[in-house]
Amino acid sequence: MPARLSILIAEDNAADRMLLSTIVSRQGHRSLTASNGMEAVALFEQERPQLVLMDALMPVMDGFEAARRIKQMAGEELVPIIFLTSLTEGEALVRCLEAGGDDFLAKPYNRVILEAKINAMDRLRRLQDTVLQQRDLIAQHNEYLLNEQRVAKAVFDKVAHSGCLAAPNIRYLQSPYALFNGDLLLAAFKPSGGMHVLLGDFTGHGLPAAIGAMPLAEVFYGMTAKGYSLTEILREINAKLKRILPLGVFCCATLLNISFQRRVVEVWNGGLPDGYLLRANGAERVPLVSRHLPLGVLAPAAFNDRYEVFPLELGDRVFLLSDGVLEACNQQGELFGERRLHRVFSANRQPAQLFAEIQQALLNFRGELQDDVSLVEVSMVEEGSLSRGPLVFTGSGQNSPLDWSASFEFRGETLRRFNPLPFLLQLLLEVEGLRPQGGALYSVLAELYSNALEHGVLGLDSSLKCDAEGFAEYYLQRSTRLAQLREGYVRFHLQLVPESTGGRLTVRVEDSGSGFDGQAIVEQQLRVDRLCGRGLALVRQLSERCTWPEDGRGVSVEFSWLAGA
Amino acid sequence: MAITSLPSPDGQELTIVIQGRFDFGAHQEFRDAYERVNLSPKRYVVDLKGTTYLDSSALGMLLLLRDHAGGDHAQIRLLNCNPDVRKILAISNFEQLFQIT
Repeated sequence: MPARLSILIAEDNAADRMLLSTIVSRQGHRSLTASNGMEAVALFEQERPQLVLMDALMPVMDGFEAARRIKQMAGEELVPIIFLTSLTEGEALVRCLEAGGDDFLAKPYNRVILEAKINAMDRLRRLQDTVLQQRDLIAQHNEYLLNEQRVAKAVFDKVAHSGCLAAPNIRYLQSPYALFNGDLLLAAFKPSGGMHVLLGDFTGHGLPAAIGAMPLAEVFYGMTAKGYSLTEILREINAKLKRILPLGVFCCATLLNISFQRRVVEVWNGGLPDGYLLRANGAERVPLVSRHLPLGVLAPAAFNDRYEVFPLELGDRVFLLSDGVLEACNQQGELFGERRLHRVFSANRQPAQLFAEIQQALLNFRGELQDDVSLVEVSMVEEGSLSRGPLVFTGSGQNSPLDWSASFEFRGETLRRFNPLPFLLQLLLEVEGLRPQGGALYSVLAELYSNALEHGVLGLDSSLKCDAEGFAEYYLQRSTRLAQLREGYVRFHLQLVPESTGGRLTVRVEDSGSGFDGQAIVEQQLRVDRLCGRGLALVRQLSERCTWPEDGRGVSVEFSWLAGA
Repeated sequence: MAITSLPSPDGQELTIVIQGRFDFGAHQEFRDAYERVNLSPKRYVVDLKGTTYLDSSALGMLLLLRDHAGGDHAQIRLLNCNPDVRKILAISNFEQLFQIT
């Protein structure tokens, strides 16, 4: 049973009007009648009927003009108009449709056909209604979605940009809504002055791809600021993503740990396309290959945190990209691919132009701009050439402990797995007066610890590091020996004493090794090639006093501060 | 894109054949291919011979299949990967989770 409609009948012949009205009423509809076009338009405006039967030729205003006006008033809503006409020549019928008519009915009227046409038009009308409702609903949902994305992006930007992407040695390119392509770029200074950089690419698009970015960024920034190492951060991110993301959602990522002081970069790549180490002299392009499954795939116990270490020279650049570059697709369905990327690299003369050249190559290839491309490049610069904000503290510093001492001994098993530096740093930074020197303090602790561990406990010879091969060998030996470590210790003795003007911290680090010839090292370090560590020199430079006993077993450093400084 | 699944005569192995692009659009169809069969095969084969392209969502779907098939004990072979597909699987190091031949 079709719905009851209100139907406007515009017909100048009173008998026909009566006949139509009767048919329509018998069908169960409500009829409204007008005797010319002008009346029909007025009645339409007043009553808003759902369907119109319109005579073509009428006095005052004909059906064509009335149809045009009614259609205009109806707007997006479909008000079907069926022309009633004794006109038979094709041209006149075409005029009916051009004026906005949806169908026509030839005189004399046939009740059955009229009923069928009204029903058919009613179906169309309802279809249009449904389409409009759905369109509005979709538009509304889309508006909600965009608004949610704006809010999410604003919140996320606060988190993501708390890092150091603006540092002068970083260049990057990302679409403003990269987050909703699943792309993520983070960079942060380490307490020691080096830098962690992460380029990530979550599976999927939209909010599901963006949702994992927040916890990842929090872990990345939180742990970097506290002095955790690359592998610890990777493990934590992997475990967290594995725990919170649904199965099948994961994050392809490359994490870089750049040390300006040691001039090395540590690289872990799980699932991102090859990054590249671009040498300042243009001599070679070292691929930084994905060696691992993406983050969030493996259970913590199965996760592999093995990274590669590369020496860097001033001006060397580490270049990372998301798969949007390589998977850009042209009209013929070909992918941009690595070969084309290498051609861009080879043709590049001005490093500063590289990103623009890659974009141009993509544009030429695809014929339109690619909006899901993320590129980042980090350069090796002189230690100390980057200015950075102070360390961020969580404590209020109201109850600063000033007079205490503590000793820690970290033994074999622990040295293999545990990094004591964040723990010690957090403890020491409870002392408010030390906070302004937090960075230097961390660097000194880190140097003393790695010297104690690598040379003292593991017995590694730093002179190995005097060329690139030896350098790789050194890190290979380091991880092998560390994995086999059963015995040995590193001790930290911390002593804090208040002084009349402030306070003083003394840190003594000892290890189970056979000691070292401090004087010889200092002399040697004035000469050695840059690949060798200059750890002790740095410690001397950053701390107020640095001493070691004759037998070279242990090093003492001191830091002091003035109250209120 | 079309996905068909074909059990072996003894019901021990299920072969899923993927034609065309294997991306997010295939999500439901791919799940149906292994969830809507009334048998519990011991081994799975994903035949990528006709697969022209594979994106990271597809990698996620493969992980879902792996979980369905028993997680770390799953026996899944990926067959007939073209060089592009193989490259994507290699970058993600999926050979650690799947047998790629």
